[in-house]
Amino acid sequence: MSHLIEQERYTCAIGALQSVVAIPRAVPILHSGPGCGSMIAGFYERSTGYAGGSTSPCTNFTERDVVFGGVDRLREIIDNTYKVLDTDLQVILTGCTAGIIGDDVASVAEDFRAEGKPIVAVETPGFKANNYEAHSFVVNAIIDQYVRGFEADNPARSEANTVNLFASLPYQDPFWKGNLAEYKRLIEGLGFKVHILFGPKSDGVSEWQKIPRANFNILVSPWHGLPIVEHLQKLYKQPFVKFPHIPIGANETERFLHSVLDFAKDNGSTIDFNAAEAFIQRESYAYYEEIDNLATFLLEFRYGLPNHVHIFHDSGYVLGLSKFLLHEVGIIPKEQYVTDNTPERLWEPLQAELDSASGKRSIPITFDPDAGNSQDKFRKLKHNGRGLIIGSGWEKELAKENNCDFLSAALPTPYRLVLTTNYAGFSGGLRVIEDIYDAVLYTYK
Amino acid sequence: MAKVNLSATSVPIRETRLGSITGFDGTADGLVAESRCGIKDKVRSFSQCLGCSTSQAACMVILVQDAAVISHGPVGCSSCFHEFAFTYRVNSPLRGVEKPTQRKIYSTNLDENDTVFGGAAKLAATIREAYERTRPSVLFVLTTCAAGIIGDDVESVCEEAEEEIGVPVVAIFCEGFRSRVWTTGFDASYHGIARKLVKPARERRTDMINVINFWGSDIFKDWFAPFGAAPNYITPYSTLEKLSHSSEAAATIQACPTLGSYLAAALEQEYGVPEIKTAPPYGIAQTDRWFRELGKMLGKPEVAEKLIAEKKAEYLPKIAALREKLKGKSAYVTGGAAHGHALLSVLRELGMSAKGASIFHHDPLYDNDEEQGDILAHGVRDYGDVPNFRVCNKQEFELVNALNRIRPDVLLARHGGMTLWGAKLGIPAILVGDEHYSMGYEGLVNYGERILETIENDEFVKNLEKHAINPYTKWWLDQTPTRFLEGACVQVTDSSVQTTDTEDRRGVTA
Repeated sequence: MSHLIEQERYTCAIGALQSVVAIPRAVPILHSGPGCGSMIAGFYERSTGYAGGSTSPCTNFTERDVVFGGVDRLREIIDNTYKVLDTDLQVILTGCTAGIIGDDVASVAEDFRAEGKPIVAVETPGFKANNYEAHSFVVNAIIDQYVRGFEADNPARSEANTVNLFASLPYQDPFWKGNLAEYKRLIEGLGFKVHILFGPKSDGVSEWQKIPRANFNILVSPWHGLPIVEHLQKLYKQPFVKFPHIPIGANETERFLHSVLDFAKDNGSTIDFNAAEAFIQRESYAYYEEIDNLATFLLEFRYGLPNHVHIFHDSGYVLGLSKFLLHEVGIIPKEQYVTDNTPERLWEPLQAELDSASGKRSIPITFDPDAGNSQDKFRKLKHNGRGLIIGSGWEKELAKENNCDFLSAALPTPYRLVLTTNYAGFSGGLRVIEDIYDAVLYTYK
Repeated sequence: MAKVNLSATSVPIRETRLGSITGFDGTADGLVAESRCGIKDKVRSFSQCLGCSTSQAACMVILVQDAAVISHGPVGCSSCFHEFAFTYRVNSPLRGVEKPTQRKIYSTNLDENDTVFGGAAKLAATIREAYERTRPSVLFVLTTCAAGIIGDDVESVCEEAEEEIGVPVVAIFCEGFRSRVWTTGFDASYHGIARKLVKPARERRTDMINVINFWGSDIFKDWFAPFGAAPNYITPYSTLEKLSHSSEAAATIQACPTLGSYLAAALEQEYGVPEIKTAPPYGIAQTDRWFRELGKMLGKPEVAEKLIAEKKAEYLPKIAALREKLKGKSAYVTGGAAHGHALLSVLRELGMSAKGASIFHHDPLYDNDEEQGDILAHGVRDYGDVPNFRVCNKQEFELVNALNRIRPDVLLARHGGMTLWGAKLGIPAILVGDEHYSMGYEGLVNYGERILETIENDEFVKNLEKHAINPYTKWWLDQTPTRFLEGACVQVTDSSVQTTDTEDRRGVTA
């Protein structure tokens, strides 16, 4: 049974409409109450994309629709969507109203598909799941109802050196655009062709059509998106390699890229593996040149730098940032707070994964979507030295209360504007360092 | 006619209570005329995402300083509330709040199981836990579509909890699907406050005037000082204590009657606080009327005359200079009802022409039923008619179409998301968040300078126009803006009439 949430860090299933907004020239069509779209826009901020936000069509359920059903209204709105908006893919998403009364949106989509329209329906009533889970519902629905229609031109596993990448959740990961672009650059650097499917560096729906061609799939996440690669495994026999968190900095990025190379070797990819190795070496060298330059500052800056960190973020970021800050920056991760409603069965493995980062210490993780409760736990802690908090806008208040340094890197946050910044990869690590010490140095006036 | 019934758990929606509409195409004068004889609403056969009552209700209670707020629904129904926590912090210096405290916002986080077995127990547990964690003076519980449809008895749960914990627990009924007029959410929160928190007056104070507003700057302190009174701002930045004694004020004024209509009427009808019924002070003529009404109500007409004379001596020359500079410029307005009407008066007072407007909804008259409160009617009398006047509840596609053909010199907006399309079309656009910014004689100077600055500094929008991404089809931009508003007309003049007839809407497809 779910429990109350104070200070929510994610939204409900219909929030996955942002995964549609992230596909170039796709439009979410909401079959929902009037406020759902503006709630989601309010959570993510600056998230309109091509046809999201105030542009998205919506049936805006009325009392009458609740009593008599809203399917006819939905058909009318879809009909007119084709007249008003110029889009390549339409995805109908349902809200609680449609979900509770049981409107059959699947058959509405089927009818329009029968007329040749590229339209998909997916059930996302808010009570059913959160947006971390619903992202997979949306992607799998697009695969089943759209991608499958193009299988004739895109034979399964027909390209040995092509991969599909599933990593950052669009918009829920504030650095999703930059991260996906960086993954693409890195994986192309190894010699693969890669489908990232979301964001301006993807090729929109034509890239989606080619999903079956990939030899295998890459999942970078502790658990978000797992149902997608499992689905593709069943559908196209594509195996997948899973990396358990966002790789930040050199250690984990190298480990990630090597895990991809090893998997590719086992699965018959024909890229130039020596060249791939050389690419990793070059990237790594450039990274350590910066760390080398920086080390003196980290060791000698005499006016005070943070020596420990608490992170409030989703499971992927808590793991990725903790490992990175411990080994590559020298900031000790103390109690960590995972806010994404990670399924209980994963708590132990994720704790073990983080503990494997060091033979010297355990870094205790609290898994709780009730972040207000986690903040109260934090308030009772005492540590020596200067503390850093990485989290959402809610943690800015907490940091101020407790005289900590603060870096805004999680949602929701009105205190930071992110465009194409990436935290993943070698360069992502360097950016995290810049951001932390920017915030620290800004306190000296 | 009494519109306030505090014995009922919830307030009727605006469509039935006031006959409010969300679809109209004509002129301002035509709308005023029709409003007096039972205006008919129109519906659209294409629509985009609207706002929701629950967020409007939320903003009026989250900013109550010593409150905790619970959204009774799935986690998504409170997704945007963090924005109000930000507003509270950022604007606190404007209201002299030195140490803004963390806003306490909870979701009961309803799941699939709850939609089958009900969420009442979860709500009761959440109230208890929120109280233990926060120790607020008052708890507000906001309802959502899911809670409404599954039929949780929220009122009973709140009453039982109140008895148990000993502080008021106020149920606010603001499910989004009930109304297309999301300002119904303001009424819902005020209804809860008026029936549960406001106490009968212990005395009638002559030194306190209720100001129903959002979170704008504190201009009323200076305005009221000559009358020997101070503002009691409700409800943002108020406290339980201040809210409960708002019944003792000498009068109630509103920054925006779309916002405060219901609370002002409730305070007058139930607690005897007279409401200043003339429209708020936007434009010179209406500012004159408003100050005179205030003086009359406070028994100090001479103070009002003196204030008017002094302020006019100071600001009229500046206004005249601005008129000179803005002569020949045109504007299009988009915003909520009363404030949108106010901006139409302001821009015309500044010598500009109003080329049209997309106003989110229309209340024929407010809860006080007084024609003198109709700010649009005042505007038509004071400055003439407005062409291309559309009632359009944030339907971006209509706005884009209208702006594309009308091409005003500037777009004046009051709500987020609407300026984008001005800028994409190369039209300078302004959004002013502070509702007090253009009020009074000095407000005309403030706003006039802002318009001038925006029109002059158009390099950004001209560049954006060249590179703007446009998802709208050419076909759509060639249609008339109200192409999809050909809907069946549904008369809503009697409060017994329920929501619009969806069946009629079926035949509307373009």
